[in-house]
Amino acid sequence: MTLGANESPRTAVANPPVQPVQGNLGQHNVVRSSAGGPVAENPVALPAVAKLIDVSKCIGCKACQTACVEWNDTHPDIGVNVGIYENPLDLTPDMFTLMRFAEYDNPETGDFEWLIRKDGCMHCADPGCLTACPAPGAIVQYSNGIVDFIHENCIGCGYCISGCPFDIPRLSQVDHTVYKCTLCSDRVAVGQGPACAKACPTQAIVFGTKDDMKTYAEERIEDLKSRGYENAGLYDPQGVNGTHVMYVLHHADKPGIYNDLPEDPKIAGVVQNWKGPTKTVGLAAIGLAAVGSVVMGLFSRSEVAPEDEQRAEDMVDRAADPAASGREQA
Amino acid sequence: MAGRYYSEPGDKIVARDPVTVRRYAGWTRLNHWFTAATLILLALSGFALFTPSLFWLTGLFGGGQATRWVHPFIGIGLFFSFMLLFVQLVRLNILRREDLVWLRNLDDLVKGQEHNLPELGKYNFGQKTVFWAMFFLIVILIVSGVMMWYQFFPDLVSVETRRIAIWVHSISAVLIMLTLILHIFAALWTRGTLSAMTRGTVSGGWAWRHHRKWLRELAGRQGSDTAK
Repeated sequence: MTLGANESPRTAVANPPVQPVQGNLGQHNVVRSSAGGPVAENPVALPAVAKLIDVSKCIGCKACQTACVEWNDTHPDIGVNVGIYENPLDLTPDMFTLMRFAEYDNPETGDFEWLIRKDGCMHCADPGCLTACPAPGAIVQYSNGIVDFIHENCIGCGYCISGCPFDIPRLSQVDHTVYKCTLCSDRVAVGQGPACAKACPTQAIVFGTKDDMKTYAEERIEDLKSRGYENAGLYDPQGVNGTHVMYVLHHADKPGIYNDLPEDPKIAGVVQNWKGPTKTVGLAAIGLAAVGSVVMGLFSRSEVAPEDEQRAEDMVDRAADPAASGREQA
Repeated sequence: MAGRYYSEPGDKIVARDPVTVRRYAGWTRLNHWFTAATLILLALSGFALFTPSLFWLTGLFGGGQATRWVHPFIGIGLFFSFMLLFVQLVRLNILRREDLVWLRNLDDLVKGQEHNLPELGKYNFGQKTVFWAMFFLIVILIVSGVMMWYQFFPDLVSVETRRIAIWVHSISAVLIMLTLILHIFAALWTRGTLSAMTRGTVSGGWAWRHHRKWLRELAGRQGSDTAK
């Protein structure tokens, strides 16, 4: 497979191109940048990419986690077994993706179901992290939809963590910047699929253009429906204008049973208010007050009159020598 | 000798010709200016994180990371410094009935007809408003600020609570800036006020015009001030 400069890989399974490839994800393809950071003037309209995670095919082997650690060269701490399958217990700055295991007693069928969801950044089309970020250019979105953190611009405030509707970013106490899944932007840029998708032994994780992934998901959903999962469906939440990581769920009507996958994720109202009206109205009010007080100060003032000084003197003298003041008054 | 109802220990007539009145002791002034310095540093670093158009202010503190790091520590400095000021000033900042009369006739103040206003103690309604606004806003800012201090308190509150804390912090920051503008404006608009916080004294005329009950009490206490 040869890949043109403006193409995106259509699969993670194919072997990568062996000839040198110019990376196509960089500043020249940035379409959104946090806090008014620089965006590309003429970004190449790359086809939107997506990672599709078919929960019904996942066997919980954690090969994706291992591949993620290996590719990104992170070093998660050795964990402790507390009797559950999650390892580590939560996403960390060194663990960008995590298999979350849920035991679900299906009340309709009486079946016991083991729901294993690969958690990680969803690469929202409308990213809450990017909205919340105060540092110009610390969070960018490329024209293919990938949301990436640019660590040299990150100031470590953690606002993105509050902005994220999925609770994904994690702050490193080592370099005080925030980490999350990059959708392997450094691999995708040169025609390779994400490491997790490459490693997945059952192809529960597949990668390609978003259109291809939706078409593929349709097939999977049809298959699941034919096998009795009548609520099977695609998780591509519209509250954040869709995501570039999507799930095929056997119970798409109940995303919450997959370890609290949000039903209708969107950027929280208080976050939007903080970054919207609070900022504009607040700055306007401060500006008006500053200008208004300068103007009022130019046209008026309260001054102490010479008579005031005299009256003060009288008051002080009278108090010091009541007899004298008595004579004065008489 | 008369008790102190309208004045603080340390307030006294220091000269009679012309009348000069001690309003703030040296360490109260130091306390005030330290608080002022922290508030200004907090405003500069806070504005940088509040709006991208002012992000360049982070350059004053050595970059974005340094600004993010130092802002909360300055905040702690402000909190304790203000609280020290608070305990010194709170007694005479409690609202009184005449403050409401003063407020109802605020237009007379602007028109320069201060003789229509009731006689006041050490503080007027405007000064008390600034005092209490600063107090409540600083308390809200420190509480919400700790909640959003991610480096040291990542697990103190839930994500939902932290979102609200950040929002409340930003609104309170706007309000404290408005309070600060009012405070600076009033101090400059009312000529003769600034020396209270620089030299520690005000002129007798200033005291007679703006805080007559305070001046009268101090006048009546002459001679006893050294003893008490």
